[in-house]
Amino acid sequence: MVYRKDIIPFLLLLPTLAYLVLFLGYPLVQTFILAFTSDKGAFGNFQQLISTGEFWKTLKNTLLITGVVVPLQLVLALLLALFVNMRFRGYTIVLYIISIPLALSDVSAALMSYSIFAPMGYLNKLLLKLDIIQYPIYFFGFMFKTREFWVIVLTEVWRATPLVFVIILAGLQAVNKEYLEAADIFGFSAWQKFRKIILPILKPSILSALLIRTIFAFQIFGVVWLLAGRDIPILAGEAFYWQTEVNNAHMASAYALIIALVSLIISWAYLTFLKPAQGSTA
Amino acid sequence: MLKKFLIGFVAVIVSLWFLTPVVLIVIASLTPSSDFYDPQKLFPTKLTLDHLYKLFVVLDGWKATLNSLEVAGISIGLSFLVGLPAGFALTRYVFPGKNAFRLSILLTRSFPVMIIAVPLLVLYIRIGISDTLLGVALAHTSMILPFVVLITSSILSGISVEYEEAGMIFGLSRFGAFAKITLPLALPGLAASAIFAFIMSWNEVFIASVLTLINRTLPAHILNTAMTSPDYFKFAAGTVMALPAMVFIFFTRKYLMSMWGISLK
Repeated sequence: MVYRKDIIPFLLLLPTLAYLVLFLGYPLVQTFILAFTSDKGAFGNFQQLISTGEFWKTLKNTLLITGVVVPLQLVLALLLALFVNMRFRGYTIVLYIISIPLALSDVSAALMSYSIFAPMGYLNKLLLKLDIIQYPIYFFGFMFKTREFWVIVLTEVWRATPLVFVIILAGLQAVNKEYLEAADIFGFSAWQKFRKIILPILKPSILSALLIRTIFAFQIFGVVWLLAGRDIPILAGEAFYWQTEVNNAHMASAYALIIALVSLIISWAYLTFLKPAQGSTA
Repeated sequence: MLKKFLIGFVAVIVSLWFLTPVVLIVIASLTPSSDFYDPQKLFPTKLTLDHLYKLFVVLDGWKATLNSLEVAGISIGLSFLVGLPAGFALTRYVFPGKNAFRLSILLTRSFPVMIIAVPLLVLYIRIGISDTLLGVALAHTSMILPFVVLITSSILSGISVEYEEAGMIFGLSRFGAFAKITLPLALPGLAASAIFAFIMSWNEVFIASVLTLINRTLPAHILNTAMTSPDYFKFAAGTVMALPAMVFIFFTRKYLMSMWGISLK
């Protein structure tokens, strides 16, 4: 770097800092204020939140979706990345096809799922036509929460596995071919090569993919809201419900704050776990 | 030979898994309602643009699409205007607090959007820009800006500072060297990041739904009307949401890895 230390870099950063203070910092402070003001003292909203029982259901559902979806995505993405990284003829086409869901919104993905699992959707029509069933199977509605849950899981796995895939594939580029050739000379099996060489190099990518996905899975909204509404209450959905339907910004803020708090804990855990890993591979 | 066959087989399965839902919803959006409700017809015998037409014209989809484009346009313009200088500073200068700045920019990515939507609505009502596209765009900018700062810094660091120095020897000013030499070289990368920013705004549904009532963007409009509409409108809506994003990602496929790699590191 040839330019002298002076005031210019700070002037260049100033607009960004000012914007983020105004449109992230200020709302954050306001969320705290909103969440901690109520008719019944500072913790009134949180007391109401916990006492209704709805909250624990909401937290449980959100954790359950995250806990089921994220590991599935990781395993699938890892397999896909190893497969595409074989660089067979035409792998770029497969790479592009896998990345299509990256561009899609949760709204589109939910509606795609709906076109398959609706009462008159493709799946039911196919089964009816093959005479496997006589009446359509219902996947949506208050009566069928378990089915709704699995449709949501499937949709999320379809939609967001490519994100994990791209991060891991980028990480695979750091695996030097010579390491693997050396391993061949020593007679390593494919599993040993994966376990002893590829996996350690991939560790930072896997951790960052896990972090990103866990945080986003915790904020899941569109897919659940469209496919299940409040049949399966989730944290972001409740924040949305309290804000737009009850018009209670205080309770909505309390829910938002809980999402932020958990995201923060996940980020912190990630940063403390990742640091030593980076140091050891550098 | 067997290995080659196996690879081809897996490649086809993987491609089908990711393509089928997209193809199915496009077909569903073109299926006449009589064919859709006929259990004997898995696929339509003829196609119609009826649902798409009604979605756009009768159900206000056209207005919502224009709203979405306007919000995305303002957000992209604003976030590049504000973020590009910061990205430049991060690559071309050494200064105390640089790493702290980069880290805090990264951390904003784990900010849930829920936390800005609710208080901003309260603020917007107070200053009189509630239910406006500008309000949504300002909120989207706070989501896109950190991405723009990181991505521009990475693109600019790929362009050697020596070109700028050479330009300055030949009499260009500091700013002139950047505008006449570095910026044109960075343009393809910047265009790709603008497309990514577009997709972020185009797809965002939570903030847009909370901040607007009448002036809804397309995803917000769909979220609030889709589930009370007949099924074929849902498919039309899903298709309209998906297509632009897919076309755009096709043009940026070369940058795919670096974009996500950088924005998520």
